[in-house]
Amino acid sequence: MAIEVRIPTILRSYTGGDKAVQGSGATLTALLDDLDSRHSGLRGRLVTEDGALHRFVNVYVNDEDVRFLGGLETKLADGDNVTVLPAVAGG
Amino acid sequence: MLELPQSMVDRVVEHARRDHPDECCGVVAGRSGAATRLFEMQNAERSPTGFVFDSAEWLTVYRDIDDADEDLLVVYHSHTMTEAYPSRTDVRWAVNTPGTSWLLVSTRSDELELRSFRIEDGVVTEEEIRVAGG
Repeated sequence: MAIEVRIPTILRSYTGGDKAVQGSGATLTALLDDLDSRHSGLRGRLVTEDGALHRFVNVYVNDEDVRFLGGLETKLADGDNVTVLPAVAGG
Repeated sequence: MLELPQSMVDRVVEHARRDHPDECCGVVAGRSGAATRLFEMQNAERSPTGFVFDSAEWLTVYRDIDDADEDLLVVYHSHTMTEAYPSRTDVRWAVNTPGTSWLLVSTRSDELELRSFRIEDGVVTEEEIRVAGG
């Protein structure tokens, strides 16, 4: 099952500079585990030690923010596209 | 040094005053360090003490900038009760936007306060704003 994942500039150190990588998984969690097996450390930038999506990143499945879908348990299908962006915020 | 056309400076200040008492936010895209386009962003928090880019809008804007082979030159936002200087929260979040100028405007008084900073590894360094015509 091939899913394209677009990686933002600040995380491309984990992908050898690639803008997009391919992965597989039936859920976002499974996809991130799969990606981390080839791009070690990437998962840790997206998921906290408690297993929640890091608030410093936005993850979109088919352009929908996963916070409004099923979070890390969002289901994925072949051909879906995932985009990761740094969240921008301040005080 | 941050170089911006007068028209963009005017838009940032106008945006900040329009959204007061909430904080405003937005970005400026650039190419080779030269400002090309300004995008006003919605503050998803609609708060007088913080801002968060609306995630759907940010995806659209980020793609637009990326597809045009432009870079994120500036993240701007306003402070509504305090000086135009990065807060601790700003410094914490700035790790997400390396190489970007953080432009701050304060709307705490009628007097114009506009300052720009580089925030790298938690260190805040002010930079000169050079306003060009146009």
